[in-house]
Amino acid sequence: MIPLNFYLILAAALFCIGLFGALARRNAIGILIGIELMLNAVNINLVAFWRYIKPAGATMDLAGQIFALFVITLAAAEAAIGLALVIAIYRSRDTVNVEDVNLMKW
Amino acid sequence: MSLDPLVITIIEALVKSIVVIVGLLTAFAYLTLVERYVVAKIQSRIGPNRVGAIGPIAVLQPIADALKMIFKEDIWPAQADQVAYTIAPGIAVGTALVAWAVIPLNPSLTIAGYKIDFYIADVNVALLYLLAIGSLGVYGIVLGGWSSNNKYSLLGALRSTAQMVSYEISLGLGLVGVLMISGSLSLVDIVQKQATVWNVVWQPLGLIVYFIAATAEINRLPFDLPEAETELVAGFATEYSSLKWALFYMAEYINMITISVIASTLFLGGYQGPFGILPGFHWLFLKIAFFIFVLMWIRYTFPRFRYDQLMRFGWKVLLPLALANIFVTAIVMVVLGR
Amino acid sequence: MDLIVFYLFATLAVIAALGVVALRNPVHAALCLAVVFISLAALYVLLSAPFVAAAQVMIYAGAILILFVFVIMLLSPGVDQGAGALKWQRPLAAVFGLALAVELILVLASAVLPAARGQYTPERLAQIGDVQAIGALLFTDFLLPFEITSLLLLVAMVGVIVLAKKRVRS
Repeated sequence: MIPLNFYLILAAALFCIGLFGALARRNAIGILIGIELMLNAVNINLVAFWRYIKPAGATMDLAGQIFALFVITLAAAEAAIGLALVIAIYRSRDTVNVEDVNLMKW
Repeated sequence: MSLDPLVITIIEALVKSIVVIVGLLTAFAYLTLVERYVVAKIQSRIGPNRVGAIGPIAVLQPIADALKMIFKEDIWPAQADQVAYTIAPGIAVGTALVAWAVIPLNPSLTIAGYKIDFYIADVNVALLYLLAIGSLGVYGIVLGGWSSNNKYSLLGALRSTAQMVSYEISLGLGLVGVLMISGSLSLVDIVQKQATVWNVVWQPLGLIVYFIAATAEINRLPFDLPEAETELVAGFATEYSSLKWALFYMAEYINMITISVIASTLFLGGYQGPFGILPGFHWLFLKIAFFIFVLMWIRYTFPRFRYDQLMRFGWKVLLPLALANIFVTAIVMVVLGR
Repeated sequence: MDLIVFYLFATLAVIAALGVVALRNPVHAALCLAVVFISLAALYVLLSAPFVAAAQVMIYAGAILILFVFVIMLLSPGVDQGAGALKWQRPLAAVFGLALAVELILVLASAVLPAARGQYTPERLAQIGDVQAIGALLFTDFLLPFEITSLLLLVAMVGVIVLAKKRVRS
């Protein structure tokens, strides 16, 4: 059986790559893609912990998988809202580069 | 001689996959011929009758078509995205083929003490697997349209994303009724539970919703807006030629067979005969043939939707119908105490 | 056998993730993200969570990413050109990413994780059915979060329609 740490290290790697992507991109869509990557890394952890470790409480047994499903749902809502914002910004400012959207900068 | 059971499983799966794929490719080749005869009948023409004709039927026509396709020049549009342009037809065909992994084709047989199952895998989330694979099918069209670097192709790709995402919801919800009745996501279970009564008896609306949504998913008329010849030249396929175009064509026909087999399996009892008579692949074949004929019949009788009509129909008619079907099914099941 | 599958898909996921952040063309980045999603789905199957795997492919790859691709094609933002006004953005992002990576790996290397088993072991789930167990829990113990999620989706839907609708000038 694969050690739990393998999954955790994979998740950590994906999370860090996602963080880098979210911070380094200037394109608003690129930033959202980085965030999706980070959410996925979290999901691996949730499912892996369900598989390997008993969480507190008897009925919370399947919580790992169920939380992963909630995260997927939230990711869908987040992507929809984020992309709608991108479209709204593009309409008014004709750009998706976040550094060009600096109207509220002092 | 003793082989590792794992090795046997892998070899068995490989053999089955090859048989299914070869069968599907042959079916695709002759389906194009059948379609040409059906459209000829509907439009009062004769249809192909020259190439290797036996009587009025041109038996070698698909082979001639294939040869012609292979020897056409493979045209690359200027500044096309090389990678995406190449893999898009592959994705289209691949997603159409892998759906067959979970479909039971025949009751299990025991030959010389060795049990043969006529499905490649009995997954306990098979229905979700089908939906997941189906939702990936859109990538082929989207990438093909985007990478061609052509305005018409891009418009086709944009249309297909919106259309497929909208109709996928109705498609999934149309199947929920079957899921509620049979209480299982495994197609093998679902077929076995239909030995006496087919699901269509309880779920006629589910079948209609599924079939319409599936027609939209595979871009057949009257939902073929992504390739609408009269508006967008050929939409996502405008720039494709030669073998790559043939792959898109193949994907369309294999998708036709795939949605027909899913409809037959979930609603018409798969390989089960009516009233349990002689279950076997022949029944499945007849059911698939029926659905494919309906698809062709619709294609040559209905005009294409306008884009706003398409969206209105998907969201305001099909989706509420699917939800109502689930609601009524749930109430009836509670009342009957099942 | 399991280990080979794990290494295969884990490597694929990490390489594709690097592609997501490194490739300049947004459509290529999105394609790489699709590869990440699908390899993670394979890992969920390996973790004996087929329902999550199916949901992952259906929702992430089939809906969310299609939405991304749709917006990318609609706006065609073009290729991300090198450094912009903030010259130090990329290096600083790399520093933060690496710092987090080092930190996490240190923690993971030192932690000893217990391995007790709960009520819903994979064997038992295979017996009663993955989907059945999850469905039952969603409608009993997790009913409130479930309903709140549906409310959240409704709010998101209304918000998206309001945001993305073309304003008609009166």
